[in-house]
Amino acid sequence: MVQKLDILRESPSQTAGPYVHIGCTPNFSGITGIYPEDLGTRMITGDAAGERITIKGTVHDGAGTALRDALVEVWQADAAGKFAGQGGDAAFTGWGRSAGDMATGEFTFETVKPGAVSWPDGRKQAPHVTFWIVARGINLGLHTRMYFADEDAANAQDPILSRLEHSQRIPTLLAQPEGNGVYRFDIHLQGAQETIFFDI
Amino acid sequence: MTGFIPRDRRWHPPALTPGYKTSVKRSPSFAPLSFPTSPSEESGPVFRDDMLGPQDGDLIHNFAKPGESAVGPRIIVHGRVLDECGRPVPNTLVEVWQANAGGRYRHKKESYLAPLDPNFGGCGRVVTDEHGFYEFRTIQPGPYPWPNTMADWRPAHIHFSVFGHSFAQRLITQMYFEGDPLIWKCPIVDTIPSRAGIESLVAALDMSRAIPMDSLAYKFDIVLRGRRQTHFENRPEGL
Ligand SMILES: [Fe+2]
Repeated sequence: MVQKLDILRESPSQTAGPYVHIGCTPNFSGITGIYPEDLGTRMITGDAAGERITIKGTVHDGAGTALRDALVEVWQADAAGKFAGQGGDAAFTGWGRSAGDMATGEFTFETVKPGAVSWPDGRKQAPHVTFWIVARGINLGLHTRMYFADEDAANAQDPILSRLEHSQRIPTLLAQPEGNGVYRFDIHLQGAQETIFFDI
Repeated sequence: MTGFIPRDRRWHPPALTPGYKTSVKRSPSFAPLSFPTSPSEESGPVFRDDMLGPQDGDLIHNFAKPGESAVGPRIIVHGRVLDECGRPVPNTLVEVWQANAGGRYRHKKESYLAPLDPNFGGCGRVVTDEHGFYEFRTIQPGPYPWPNTMADWRPAHIHFSVFGHSFAQRLITQMYFEGDPLIWKCPIVDTIPSRAGIESLVAALDMSRAIPMDSLAYKFDIVLRGRRQTHFENRPEGL
């Protein structure tokens, strides 16, 4: 026998199920009058610095069907590369949550383009937005990152992108500019275009 | 910053669990890629308890008409949010949602014939106190059938969404009730690989917190990922 480690086990994940919107975006699901508004609806709460952008996209399953029951959350730095709660822009929450469009499942985030964030060794990471996706059929929330396709130089130096073994999969992490500050970032859970997910 | 204790993926459900059919086309087939956490993963959204409404943690009343209340066995659910190192996680947001006492969700895609309760919405939220404790009041949800095979019923459960202080700690899970025989027949519960893992999601009946002639109580602790503890620096390249 040996001494016991004082380490607890993380609570096991369970799927968010088909009714995650009841708990996380009740107003969206028609349950009004409990919360004044759904959390994560507005990321910009005032005169936030930086370039205003819109992120749009859809989550697809392995058959190519768009999910309409997903919940997508994003977390990102402000335009200066600082996070809310750690000296970031007071008019920017850095956190957004979308239930997606009722009919199409398309999510939308009105936000600012993030600045560069440091890597543990001091190098700079390319601008990116962290995504977290839960839905019926997803047993453990999926983490990924959205980078910007129009940031070639920064992306080439990024500590994560530059060391990916399957570099042909990098485009699955790149949001494509569509003009007027709109970036499209489609997520594929499975299949030929499967998005790179991270075990962070 | 020293990063987080790596997630034990043998303890969590795998992505592909064919007994839970919806996972088949929604499970990534590549292994997730690992990298050392950076400020993007070690920071997270901050919520303050002053954003909460007075009835956010009272599902018996937060959707009910004035003077009325939800139908069902009244329960208190309480517990603590801790990290893997046993430290409390204070001031963190906990969101819950559930079916009514008949097993029916208030949702337009819900097809179960059990009736809605006009006084029950099914969602609530609380923020843990400075020691990581939380408490909310609700009715015990009913079990319900769901389309997987034609014979699957969910055990009574409450869904939990927990933030922690870092985006790497973000977790959604479900709480089950002590003694429910349906726990051991459910394909979603069965996605968890070990019996010990399943039992860690079963709340204990806690008569010490019951309110006489009013409510039963269940205790449900939640453990989020913990930060690695060391006085020694990571190797600079971190890999
Ligand atoms: Fe459920």
